[in-house]
Amino acid sequence: MEYINAFWVGGMLCVIAQILIDRTKLTPARILVGYVSTGVLLTALGIYEPIIKYADCGASVPLTGFGYSIAKGIERAVNEKGLIGALTGGFTACAAGISAALIFGYIAALVFKGRPK
Amino acid sequence: MNKKEYSRYAEKRAKKSRLPLDCFNAFWVGGIICTIGQILKKFYLMLGASEENVKMLVPISLIFAAVLLSGMGIFDKIAKLAGAGTLVPITGFANAVVSPALDTKAEGWVLGVGAKIFTISGPVILYGILSGAVYGIIYWMVH
Repeated sequence: MEYINAFWVGGMLCVIAQILIDRTKLTPARILVGYVSTGVLLTALGIYEPIIKYADCGASVPLTGFGYSIAKGIERAVNEKGLIGALTGGFTACAAGISAALIFGYIAALVFKGRPK
Repeated sequence: MNKKEYSRYAEKRAKKSRLPLDCFNAFWVGGIICTIGQILKKFYLMLGASEENVKMLVPISLIFAAVLLSGMGIFDKIAKLAGAGTLVPITGFANAVVSPALDTKAEGWVLGVGAKIFTISGPVILYGILSGAVYGIIYWMVH
């Protein structure tokens, strides 16, 4: 059951983006930015947590889930350290993902042949 | 109907008829990526990793796979079919990091790869952290 929930919720989040791409002038970069910010907003409003509970990776793997973990990291850091947590919590929460993408990306640039534009 | 009007009309029709198929492909590819995430989570938990670590291991694994497939030129082929199906999951973020890095290798390692690696990921990180900080201030005031 958890796989089915992850499948259809994750799929639907992609469909929303596909409709936005096809019907509006939104570029993929704007979609990514919009999804992360929306994830933070929905988590702040308490809407995203139940979706995570229901769909698990179907909600955490899409970029809105990136926003979710930023918002959750902020909450944790503010609870522990007060206002300074608003500056530290976000990066702490998404450090692993960002570092992995940058490091793997760099290694890929070393290993694979560059693509001429 | 003159030529210009017709081309606009045709374009509109073509776009409309493409949407359901685009959505279908985005749905199943995106769904499968999330399901793979779920399977990986189960797998890591089975190996005895802590819940906290699994939360990081899943995206790291998907990022690794996406970067590898991007380097081999396979990711772009899947993305062409899947559209938002590969863009919206964390794989799209990984591809947005590695693609400009590969494209700008010829421009050098500092201002080429080093700078351009952030072309798309930079805005994502900026607005994620920014909206997070705004939320943090509100959260601090409320609690």
